[in-house]
Amino acid sequence: MQVSVMAFGRIAEITGNMNVTVQDVRDTTALRSYLEATYPAMKTAKYVLAVNKQIVHTETVLPDAATVALLPPFSGG
Amino acid sequence: MILQGFGAAAQQQLAAAKVVVIGAGGLGCPALQYLAAAGVGTIGIVDDDVVSLSNLHRQVLYVTADVGLPKAERAASRLKALNSDIVIIPYQVRLQKENAFELICKYDFVIDGTDNFSSRYMINDACVLLRKPLVYGAVSQYEGQVALFNVGDENRATNYRDLFPNPPDAGDVPNCAEAGVLGVLPGIIGTMQAAETIKLITGIGTPLANKLLTYNVLHNTVYEVTIRPSTTGAALLPKSETDFLKTDYNNVACINEKDVIEIDANQFHALRNGSGAVAIDVREWGEQPLVTTFHHKQIPMSAFNERMEEIREETVLLFCQHGIRSLYAAELLQDHFGAAKNVYSLKGGLAKCGAELGVGKM
Repeated sequence: MQVSVMAFGRIAEITGNMNVTVQDVRDTTALRSYLEATYPAMKTAKYVLAVNKQIVHTETVLPDAATVALLPPFSGG
Repeated sequence: MILQGFGAAAQQQLAAAKVVVIGAGGLGCPALQYLAAAGVGTIGIVDDDVVSLSNLHRQVLYVTADVGLPKAERAASRLKALNSDIVIIPYQVRLQKENAFELICKYDFVIDGTDNFSSRYMINDACVLLRKPLVYGAVSQYEGQVALFNVGDENRATNYRDLFPNPPDAGDVPNCAEAGVLGVLPGIIGTMQAAETIKLITGIGTPLANKLLTYNVLHNTVYEVTIRPSTTGAALLPKSETDFLKTDYNNVACINEKDVIEIDANQFHALRNGSGAVAIDVREWGEQPLVTTFHHKQIPMSAFNERMEEIREETVLLFCQHGIRSLYAAELLQDHFGAAKNVYSLKGGLAKCGAELGVGKM
C-alpha cells in the first residue's frame, strides 16, 4: 500500500519536492514518524494533515492510495 | 446593472453592509479597493503602520509620495477618491485585545489582512465570540490561503483554531517581509477575500465556508480541503470576553524572537576571528558588491538546503544584502543542526554594515 504526500509552503522546502510517495504507512502517526526520520527538519515544522482533502487532528488510518496534504500555517499579508 | 444574478437588490445589500479590514497591507489594499469600488457602504480600515518604500510592490493603494505616512489615512483618502458615496473610517491603531471587541462589533464582516500570528489568533477568537463572519487570507512566498470562518450553522461553523489549534512557537514561521513574497500573490489572495466578502453579503454562489483553499501562483494550482469543528481547537478558544482579555496573544511566532542572534559589524568581526568560525555569503552568484576583504564561503540561498551539510564549523556567521535572507538561512541551519551550531545573522546585511566591514559600495 502507498500514499501520495503533497507538501505545501515551507514543508515543500523541507521535503525538497511538492509530491512524495510513501510506502507502507498505516496511519497518520506512522506517516509523521516516517517524515521525521526521513527529513529531520520535520520534527520542528508546524503543519496539519489533510487526508483525502479532510483536515484531521487525531490519529487517522490511511486508506490505500490516500492523498495526504501537509499544510503549514501562513502568516504573511 | 447588467450582471445576471446581481441586480439592484444585491447592490443595496452592498450599500447597507459594514466591513472592517484589519491590516491595510498586501492583502488589505486590493481587498479594500474592490470593496470600495463595489459600493460596500461602510468600510473600516485598521492599521497603525506607515507606508515604506519596500511595501509598494504589493500594497497597491500607495504611491511613492505616501512613504512615511499612515496607511489607514492614505488608504482612506485613495478610496474616498475612488468612491465618494461610501463611508470610510480609518483607525490608525494597532488591533489589541483591549480594542478588538469594540472595533469588530461595529461591523458585519471582518477581513483579516494582518501579517502576524498574534493578530490572526486575536481576530479569530474575537470573531468567534462575537459571531462575526471572518474572511481569512494569508500568504507565504508563492502560496496563499483563503478561508471563511464563523459562517453557516453555528454548531458546524469552523474557525482558524479548527485548522491550526495552536499558534506556532516563536520562530516557526517567518513573516512576509522576512520570507519574501511575489507582490502579485497577496493581490490575488486579497482580491479573493473581497470576492468572498461580496458573495457573503449578497448571498450569491457558494461561499468558502468550512474549507481552506490554497493557491500556488508558480503552478497556478488550487487545493481545497474541508475543515471540521475540532475539540482541540474549541478547548483553546477563550470562552468569554473576560477570558479573551486574559489570553496571551503576544507569545506567538515571529522569527526575530527566535534564538537566531542578529549581530552588528563589530560583533561579526570579533566572532569571525574566533576559532571554529566561518562567514557565509548566502547571496546568489554575481550579486554586488563582491566581498574581497575577509575570508568567507558562498552558499547561495537557491542551493542552501542541499549544501548546508558542507558546513563543518561550529560558529556560523551568515550575511546577505539586507539581512533578511541570512536570517532565514539561520533558521534553516537551526532547524537542521539544532544546538550543535551557533548561528548568527548580520543585521541589516552588507547594505548597512558593508562599509564597516571594508566591503565596497554597491
